[in-house]
Amino acid sequence: MNNIVVLPLFIPLILGVSLFFIRKHIRLQQWIAALAALATLAASLMLMGQISSEGIQVLHMGGWEAPYGIPLVADMLAAILVAVASIVTFACLLFAFHFIGEERKNYYVYPLMLILLCGVNGSFLTGDIFNLFVFFEVMLLSSYVLLSLGGGRVQLRETVKYIVINIVASSLFVIAIAYLYSITGTLNLAHIAERVAENGQNGLTTTVSLLLLTVFGLKAGLFLFFWLPGSYSAPSAPIAALFAALLTKVGVYVIIRMFTLIFNHQPQITHTIILWLAALTMILGAIGAIAYWRIKQILAYNVVVSVGFILFGVGVATDASLAGSVFYLVHDMIAKALIFILGGAVVFVAGTDRLREISGLIRYRPILGWLFFLSALALAGVPPLSGFIGKFLILQGGVQAEHYIMAAISLLTSLMVLYSVIKIFINSFWGESLLSEGEQKSSARGTLLPGFLLAALVVGLGLGADIFMPYVDQAVEPLVNPRIYIDAVLS
Amino acid sequence: MEILMTIVAGTLFTSGVYLILSKTLLRIIMGLSLFTHGVHIMLMSINGLKRGAAPLLEEQAASYTDPVPQALILTSIVISFSLTAFSLVLAYRTYKEHGTDDVERLRGQDHE
Amino acid sequence: MKFPDVILQTAAKILVFIIMIYSIYILFAGHNNPGGGFIGGLITASAIMLLYLAFDVETVGEIIPLDFKIIGAVGVMLALLTGFGAVLFGVPFLTQVYQYVNLPLLGKTGLGTAFVFDLGVYLAVVGTTVTIIRSISEDL
Repeated sequence: MNNIVVLPLFIPLILGVSLFFIRKHIRLQQWIAALAALATLAASLMLMGQISSEGIQVLHMGGWEAPYGIPLVADMLAAILVAVASIVTFACLLFAFHFIGEERKNYYVYPLMLILLCGVNGSFLTGDIFNLFVFFEVMLLSSYVLLSLGGGRVQLRETVKYIVINIVASSLFVIAIAYLYSITGTLNLAHIAERVAENGQNGLTTTVSLLLLTVFGLKAGLFLFFWLPGSYSAPSAPIAALFAALLTKVGVYVIIRMFTLIFNHQPQITHTIILWLAALTMILGAIGAIAYWRIKQILAYNVVVSVGFILFGVGVATDASLAGSVFYLVHDMIAKALIFILGGAVVFVAGTDRLREISGLIRYRPILGWLFFLSALALAGVPPLSGFIGKFLILQGGVQAEHYIMAAISLLTSLMVLYSVIKIFINSFWGESLLSEGEQKSSARGTLLPGFLLAALVVGLGLGADIFMPYVDQAVEPLVNPRIYIDAVLS
Repeated sequence: MEILMTIVAGTLFTSGVYLILSKTLLRIIMGLSLFTHGVHIMLMSINGLKRGAAPLLEEQAASYTDPVPQALILTSIVISFSLTAFSLVLAYRTYKEHGTDDVERLRGQDHE
Repeated sequence: MKFPDVILQTAAKILVFIIMIYSIYILFAGHNNPGGGFIGGLITASAIMLLYLAFDVETVGEIIPLDFKIIGAVGVMLALLTGFGAVLFGVPFLTQVYQYVNLPLLGKTGLGTAFVFDLGVYLAVVGTTVTIIRSISEDL
């Protein structure tokens, strides 16, 4: 029993709800929201420290032992992701303080961002599959509202699409849970894993696993990403950054969890399908990224590519590739938030997101320009930035397991990603300046603080990989050997 | 009884999907809620229906029915309730903003 | 929408109290019997809904001068803090305590911290439901 496990859900939720009482005091709301994100970060760092010394931390909520009650399980993977999610939320909040218009600040933006963080952290930490569904819905509901806030025409239309897709996906999720419950008679992830391991993963179980893969493929943007570019380019920049950094990554996390803990007995079927889907996702996403000429669309397609890349490592499922996936997942959350924040700032400064209408920003926004260049390199995985190590490990694992075609595809798409972001850089920062007198003065200072924060992390993760790597290795242990996770929960 | 429930769930799924594929926002929302209700019925009957005592200690504890699916359905109903409420408001705002509830006509030129 | 309906208004004045009392009964019964905060809250919300149907929004606003968003937030806070109370005593989050106490008027009564949680749920449900319905109806 360790009550610290509940803090990453509890702090953002209660502080988020307390903001409802001070709707008119925007300043105070901002302070409390930033404090909540930092407190969550502190709690998750404490959790990481405990896990690294004492192993997986489990909290049986309400004192009901597993498998009867609902446990919160913090293994190293979950704790790292919770910490990164809090950092990203903090950065997006800082960005939002300067960026979100007055008319939206009054409509509960900060509480919603905190409740979104609560849902995300809950999905990472929960050890019960139905509880996972509930936290997913907490996260999705706040994302619906955040997406539609402001109520522009495009936003409303995209929200309608997003809601329809997600309700259908959630219903399929409940169906999959129902099947899984009728097969195994339990909802506890560790217990399900034990039962499946005892009784063997038969055809029915594999079918259910593929249904779950469809559900999380929809949520994570694995192959079924047709909804993603529209929804992620509709909301205002801080919200888009938060979505890009967190929402799809939760889906990716769940796929990792499911297919390493429970459905790991028939990799020739499930993992092969994941590999092919990952390859298709990377190719289609990269084509989308180089085809468009609008900043928001290009960045949204980059989200898709990275999902494919992380799941390539999951599909290979060796030590090295899983470590790479975990590392790249962490990197990608930070880097996606960074590039969406900077991209949002570019759109804000230029007043449009059409690349052909922007040029020469570097003369007036040199810091913004170089930050963007740095994050573009990080996204493509240029050493010594953090993307490189993740990519290297995934590729190493892939080549060792003789997935040469996949490795080639991922290298090729990395190049295409680099081209797509450098295209934004060249077109918007180089060339003749088209800004008018007024636009030259409009400040993008609000973006610089979160930008520097995240850029420092990207550089730090790359240079300090030696310090960070033991944590990743510890995160991979229960993924490779699910027994560790099962014993920690059920003993 | 299970067969009847299966047919009911199937009917709900079919009509839900049919409505989701139609063009009016209100019909789509109706379709979504029918679809989720189909899921609930399926969840209820998936382990076989059983008449028994309430799952409380003391009162005929031996013959109790499995409470888990019912708890799941209750939670799921609450969630779908709030989702339906939110999507109704959203559909209304969309209708006000775009002046139409026809999904075909929602596709503007201001995006692509 | 101004059409005074005498029958509806007269009936509503009586029915609202019956429904309210029933909802509170359901709320209290919820510990060991069917009932609880969620449906209790829904029944209360339906009573308030009946008032909205019988009278108009302004009149009901005068009868119940409360911001229902705040009520919902209070409910969530209450439920969360009850859960967190357990942490202060060094037991897992959401652990409940149940005890029989002899109260002056009621005699032997079961008191549980789960009830406070349920009360939070009740308030949250009332708050959100009424807020949802008001935000749809205010525009019409």
